[in-house]
Amino acid sequence: MHKLRFIAHKELRHILRDPRSLIIAILMPILMTLLYGYAINLDIKNIKLAVIDFDRTSASTDLIGRFYNSGYFSKATGPVSIDNPEMILKKGQANAVLIIRPGLSEAIQKLKNIRNRAGLAIDKYELGLIVDGADANMAAAAGSYSSIIVSQVIKDNLPPGFELPGIKISRQVLYNPDLKSSHFFVPGLIAIILMMISALLTSVTVAREKESGTMEQLLTTPVTPRQIIIGKTLPYVGLALLDGILVLVFGVFHFGVPFTGSVLLLFAFGVIYVISALAIGIFISTVVKTQQLAMMGAMMVTVLPSVMLSGFIFEIKNMPLILQIITHIVPARYFLLIIRGIMLKGSGLELLWVEASFLILMSILLLSVATKKFKLRVG
Amino acid sequence: MPEAVTIDRLTKKFGDFTAVDKISLAVNEGEVFGFLGANGAGKTTAIRMLCGLLLPTSGSGRVGGYDIYRDNEKIKKSIGYMSQKFSLYGDLTAYENLWFYGSVYQLEKRVLKERIEELSGDLGLGEFLDRPAGKLPLGWRQRLALAASVLHRPKILFLDEPTGGVDPVFRRRFWAMLYDLADKGTTLFVTTHYMDEAEYCHRISIMHHGRIVELGNPAELIQRYQQPNLEELFVHLISKRSSEPTDA
Repeated sequence: MHKLRFIAHKELRHILRDPRSLIIAILMPILMTLLYGYAINLDIKNIKLAVIDFDRTSASTDLIGRFYNSGYFSKATGPVSIDNPEMILKKGQANAVLIIRPGLSEAIQKLKNIRNRAGLAIDKYELGLIVDGADANMAAAAGSYSSIIVSQVIKDNLPPGFELPGIKISRQVLYNPDLKSSHFFVPGLIAIILMMISALLTSVTVAREKESGTMEQLLTTPVTPRQIIIGKTLPYVGLALLDGILVLVFGVFHFGVPFTGSVLLLFAFGVIYVISALAIGIFISTVVKTQQLAMMGAMMVTVLPSVMLSGFIFEIKNMPLILQIITHIVPARYFLLIIRGIMLKGSGLELLWVEASFLILMSILLLSVATKKFKLRVG
Repeated sequence: MPEAVTIDRLTKKFGDFTAVDKISLAVNEGEVFGFLGANGAGKTTAIRMLCGLLLPTSGSGRVGGYDIYRDNEKIKKSIGYMSQKFSLYGDLTAYENLWFYGSVYQLEKRVLKERIEELSGDLGLGEFLDRPAGKLPLGWRQRLALAASVLHRPKILFLDEPTGGVDPVFRRRFWAMLYDLADKGTTLFVTTHYMDEAEYCHRISIMHHGRIVELGNPAELIQRYQQPNLEELFVHLISKRSSEPTDA
């Protein structure tokens, strides 16, 4: 225990004496939060919509008004050609084109005059929507927003007591009612920053001692490899948690991300998660010999999977099966579910125990492999 | 006389390459033992095995009476190691480096403080103690490294080319310090390239292609081979061997 303290103390001195790494450790999380919070905005708004109105009645004017007033659509930035409506998409002046065929007002009139359920089935009137599929998220959003608007129109025009045949839209968004992506991003960002700082800095610091020969010197003294590893990583646990708190505070107070669950529970899982990240960092440092390689390795092994395969940006259930299987060895996957659960839904241990046990298992596994590997390399 | 280091047919192979090939020797307590050899002869590999940094492929060895396979932790408490590469923390001050290494050996604060004062007096480190170790002049870095490796008063001190790159005046002073340590009963196991340094040793061994080709008192060896000095003896022994076919 005694020796651990001295090693940790020495490591802290290294950190404090190198202002550059300290600045990176403190400033990077803030910059990343700002970047993800502002620049990468997954909220789909301002879909540029062009309209070709063949109907030209008050009904069509009403419909167009509903689209533009919904908050999701804005006016296209160029004129749309009736003969070649795709052109405006190609030019990028619109993301979607709504085509209102003649007969809208008659169709609506018929809706109003429906007297019995049989009447609902008769006439068919279709609106056209051409969407630029190059941005899949945008395309999907344009489609679903449009159908919401149209079904609202139908509902408003049906005589009282009638419901939409077959279509019953009951969209209810729980936990993130405004569908704000910052609510999703901030927890994910904490997961990534914790992983990055812990794995990156530990792998670099161990590699640095190897590079400079101090590791060899240290190993001729009575300290054991385990003491070296634990002592060296302790200050980084602190630093990583400090970063996590920084992003959390920033997210809650600046981006207004709700925090409904237990802070203590999140902290406990944060520590477990950081341990798994440190283990990965140690593992990398046993394989590589230079700081540069360690840094690159840590980026590849931690940041990339944590961003791509954790459910942070891409939903796991939409991935190909093989990738879905791989996500199970990405610690960020479990932590992400835990932190989102705790922050956004206020979930407790009774709901999170599966993810929690996976995460704990993962940490133990990684740490034992890492220390074992470290010993072997040294011997 | 009790033996500080004994090794018997100690061997280290890296794949097909035999870096150390069945070397045997014994170093007495309080002896200054020169472990000589050309570059790549396997000296550092041998020292690394004795310090517990490397596991031997075969053969046996005892350091300070402890088995090099089993009693690694006990060996580490009784030895000091100064590598040929400067291996202290460049961003920490000389004092912080000494303090850190002293505390790793679990010296009491009071004792450690006394020893740092004593050693920095002996080695003339005083004015450099508050400077970052990485910014010290080469000679003082080596003194600092020596200080760090003897803080815990090891029974056996391994020095791997401790005077590389240092001017002759400095080397002489450095050896005076080593002799001081030997007088106090420390066993010294030193590798060097400088033959004038080797003459300070009580006994030397000369290593070539992983094997020990000669072992004995420097003066006696010079006489036996009828060479004018140690340098000629070294060249004589090495070139004699080099003309033989070797697999290395």
